[in-house]
Amino acid sequence: MDLDFILAKGPIFLAAAQLTVTVAFFGILLSAVVGLLCAVVKFYRWPVAHRLVSAYIELARNTPLMVQLFFLYFGLPRLGFIWEGQTCAILGLTFLGGGYMAEAFRGGLSAVGKDQVEAGLSIGLNRFQLLRYVIVPQALAVSLPAISATTIFLMKETSVFSIVALPDLMYVAKDLLKEGHSSETNTLLVASYLAVILPISLIFAWLERRLRFAGFGS
Amino acid sequence: MLSGQVVLKIKDLVKNYDQRAVLKGLTLTVSQGEVLVVIGPSGCGKSTLLRCLNGLEPVNGGQIIFEGQYLTDPQTNWSRIRQRVGMVFQNYELFPHLTALENILLGPIKVQNKSREEALAKAEYWLNRVDLWDRRHSFPRQLSGGQKQRVAIVRALAMDPEIMLFDEVTASLDPEMVREVLDVITNLAQEGLTMLIVTHEMAFARAVADRIIFLDDGGIVEDSTPDVFFQNPATERARRFLNIFHYDDIHKPNGSLNLAKNNL
Repeated sequence: MDLDFILAKGPIFLAAAQLTVTVAFFGILLSAVVGLLCAVVKFYRWPVAHRLVSAYIELARNTPLMVQLFFLYFGLPRLGFIWEGQTCAILGLTFLGGGYMAEAFRGGLSAVGKDQVEAGLSIGLNRFQLLRYVIVPQALAVSLPAISATTIFLMKETSVFSIVALPDLMYVAKDLLKEGHSSETNTLLVASYLAVILPISLIFAWLERRLRFAGFGS
Repeated sequence: MLSGQVVLKIKDLVKNYDQRAVLKGLTLTVSQGEVLVVIGPSGCGKSTLLRCLNGLEPVNGGQIIFEGQYLTDPQTNWSRIRQRVGMVFQNYELFPHLTALENILLGPIKVQNKSREEALAKAEYWLNRVDLWDRRHSFPRQLSGGQKQRVAIVRALAMDPEIMLFDEVTASLDPEMVREVLDVITNLAQEGLTMLIVTHEMAFARAVADRIIFLDDGGIVEDSTPDVFFQNPATERARRFLNIFHYDDIHKPNGSLNLAKNNL
């Protein structure tokens, strides 16, 4: 093991990790927003919208992220939409993640009983307030394990971003592998992913424990 | 206690579930300060009646007029109406992720846009009256059934309703907790709050009611005072219903229970 090589290349991985985290952060945040909106549309069964949402969820979940990125990066420019790699990566992750997040939230929403909805209506809450103050907070607690699994899954999916020429962790590792030093590079790569993803796992595990203790008891 | 002014008028109310008629043209008038207790066998439509009054069930025919406003109009702004019609449910339905106090403050602050101070002052007043101010920071899961139901009553009262609907509010409670909830309701009745109460507690019904409404098969069979209804019901149907609550005869030698035993 060549420690000098690892120390020398460390900063490259640090920069790549920052990029991975940035793209993942925005992609996952947007996924959660898209997913929640889709889940609400399905929860209320809004006539046309809920069919469109179902179609989107199937498309997002049953096609590989790499194919979705190809479409965004190589397909759409032909139609006149040209995006740079980072935007493509965030949009691709959002497209994929939105489908998974929608399913994660849907499980939580369907766990909130009709009686709770009626109790909320009875004090005069409108539809939006009902979601904001009664349904979503309860659904979030139920959905948390699924949201946690989806977040970690999406973090790992970022490793295909190198195909849209985004210098993320996987990209810089592939680049270095061309120069040899494969065991050092692989060590750096594994360590970088662990350093990024493990804390997120631990935070979610802590959150789940807290919410389980808060466990509503119903 | 009865000032006579009409608060609520129900005319020929019809409600169907699928093809089955649950309310078959029910007509009823409720005056300011009146306490109506609605009783009847299960499935007679008494809970459905309450649920129609605050829009939880869409109606299929007839009219509901609340303070001069037609609730059967499809344009009805139910959020406005529900602020004036308090509802308490059989299974409390407190919001489990909020403390007792937050449950109570949600409506006044978010729906009625009251200041936190004003809402809090009212919550404090009512929670003190039901002896639960000390428990205001408890979550519903930390409260007993009777305590939960008292918080649920306060949650409805905090909106300053003009009429309160109680839908079998003691049916899920252990016997020793029934009393604490009924005492709260009796107290409110004495203050002249207009109320519609659906219950199976006959002794309570008799004590609290100004009028007893006996419902069967989707219609009103009797509408009378508690004394008349319980001592001298006008219909055979009501007599049979009231007999369910008498156990005195069972152990007589020729009582129905013994007969049933012999048949086994």
